[in-house]
Amino acid sequence: MIANYSPTPGVSKNRPALVVKNVSKSFGGLKAVDVKHLEIESGVITALIGPNGAGKTTFFNLLTAFDSIDSGSIELFGKDIVGVASQNLAKQGMVRTFQLTKALSKMTVIDNLKLGALHQSGENFIKSLFTPIWSSQEREIESRADALLDRFNLSHMRDEFAGTMSGGQRKLLEMARALMTDPQILMLDEPMAGVNPALTQSLLGHVKLLRDEGRTVIFVEHNMDVVRDISDWVVVMAEGAIIAEGTPDHIRSNQVVIDAYLGVHHDRELSNDV
Amino acid sequence: MDWGFIFERTFSTMIGPEVVIYALAALGLNIHFGYTGLLNFGHVAFMAAGAYGLGVSVYYFHWNFWIGLGMAMVYSIVLALILGIPTLRLRADYLGLVTIAASETIRITVRSRVFKPITGGAEGISEFSKPFYDLSPFDLGRFYSFGPFRYLGRDLWVLVVGWTLLILLTLMVQQVMRAPWGRALRAIREDEDAARSLGKNAYAFKIQSLLFGGAIGAVAGVVQVVQKGSIQADGFNPTITFTIWMILIIGGPARPWSPIAGSMIYWSLIIFVENVLRQLSPQTRESLERTIKLSDINIGQMRYIIVGLGLLLLARYRPQGIFGSREEMALDDR
Repeated sequence: MIANYSPTPGVSKNRPALVVKNVSKSFGGLKAVDVKHLEIESGVITALIGPNGAGKTTFFNLLTAFDSIDSGSIELFGKDIVGVASQNLAKQGMVRTFQLTKALSKMTVIDNLKLGALHQSGENFIKSLFTPIWSSQEREIESRADALLDRFNLSHMRDEFAGTMSGGQRKLLEMARALMTDPQILMLDEPMAGVNPALTQSLLGHVKLLRDEGRTVIFVEHNMDVVRDISDWVVVMAEGAIIAEGTPDHIRSNQVVIDAYLGVHHDRELSNDV
Repeated sequence: MDWGFIFERTFSTMIGPEVVIYALAALGLNIHFGYTGLLNFGHVAFMAAGAYGLGVSVYYFHWNFWIGLGMAMVYSIVLALILGIPTLRLRADYLGLVTIAASETIRITVRSRVFKPITGGAEGISEFSKPFYDLSPFDLGRFYSFGPFRYLGRDLWVLVVGWTLLILLTLMVQQVMRAPWGRALRAIREDEDAARSLGKNAYAFKIQSLLFGGAIGAVAGVVQVVQKGSIQADGFNPTITFTIWMILIIGGPARPWSPIAGSMIYWSLIIFVENVLRQLSPQTRESLERTIKLSDINIGQMRYIIVGLGLLLLARYRPQGIFGSREEMALDDR
């Protein structure tokens, strides 16, 4: 069980989905990410937390090849993925969502989902000219998309433009669209940001369901209640490095984490003496 | 005022050679801008590639006319790759800069004295289209009339072939845009990162879009120079590109039939206004002349001013174009 792992940064896991070694990334003189060793257990929900500017989103971008690493190695299910283009990572089972949702506004909700399916023969220009080549696959994709819309309670929006959706609905749409690739790992960048409390509960339910289906979920989050509620394991970043990892209970009482969030002197009275 | 004549001219223009040529060109640009979001401000370069691909092969290399048509496609493919490979990995505006510069570079290069032995320089190229007209079932020098339409046999033959090509290519565009290929293009237009995160190779799709739209632009260039019977370097100036853009905006981007509608509206308006101005009664002309001098040259300018005014009104009251949807347009503001 995941709870049995020692709560020390860089602890190795039995069934790691991702193994990150010595990954660093600098922007000019600023070292944004410097992760010595991190393993992400498969089949569980891992939360990535840390104060603003800790490098969480940059780390996410490095893992998903939306930004290139300066040095180090990243392995996805034992395969080195450094240098693999982001679109090919989706084909290897890793898909991400974005902090600022990227609903494709001028496309209908159903088209947004259908886009997500991988290996579509109709995406080849020559084959696209002949409907019979891709129409049966298209029907299969459409029924999968409809099932997902149903699961995420978006069926009533099916033929509306995605641009007409509310912020929370867009988060759901993005998650559903990511699932169209049938990923083994989902990387969710702040899935609850800007979502009202009622919808947050339903989103949390969906994330737990992903784990129960056997998928690995990694998500960035600020809200500690959310983190405590759904994550099995928590990784804490500060100033680009992993400063702690452990179960939510370990992390809550970890002095290093509290100091990183609140400052080393947070429990002292404010005073003028230095 | 001879309204019969004005309407004959207007109707004849409405399905005439200019409409076909510009609708073809706008069809290509629609693939670039309308469906993929590529800012191509040098579309005329693709027309030039088609024109010179044909003209140079036939006139200077003495190749067969039909091989020349193949070369027109080859030239457009080479041009699309030269423009696309370095720029399509960058942000959208870079393609805009490169295309407008490239189209002027091409025009100035082919008209220069240095390249005169293979491009014809400023005088251009002629005598390359005979095999096409040899196939004409119409008497090239005779006028043919039906209803309000009246064409020279030579133009009628261009029209039959041109409209066939235009409709077939429009149907082809409609087909691929309904297919998953077109869906991926639209996704890239909306958000390239989202498309990439879902396993779509945005770069490859953009190159394909540039190739396909560019090839259709080259077809437009070929039809134009075959119709005129000559190739003039200065005919391929940036004004053509922006006329094509106007036509696309009038019709409404990302709709397969809008280039045809836009081209028909644009050209029939130009010809209608021109003929009305030419036929103003002497009294009206005289009273107008206190403010505007309506010489024949000025009429040429005046029609653009009036059509420009119409475009401003369109932009104000129907910004989505003829076929676009206002709801879709409004999504931009969110």
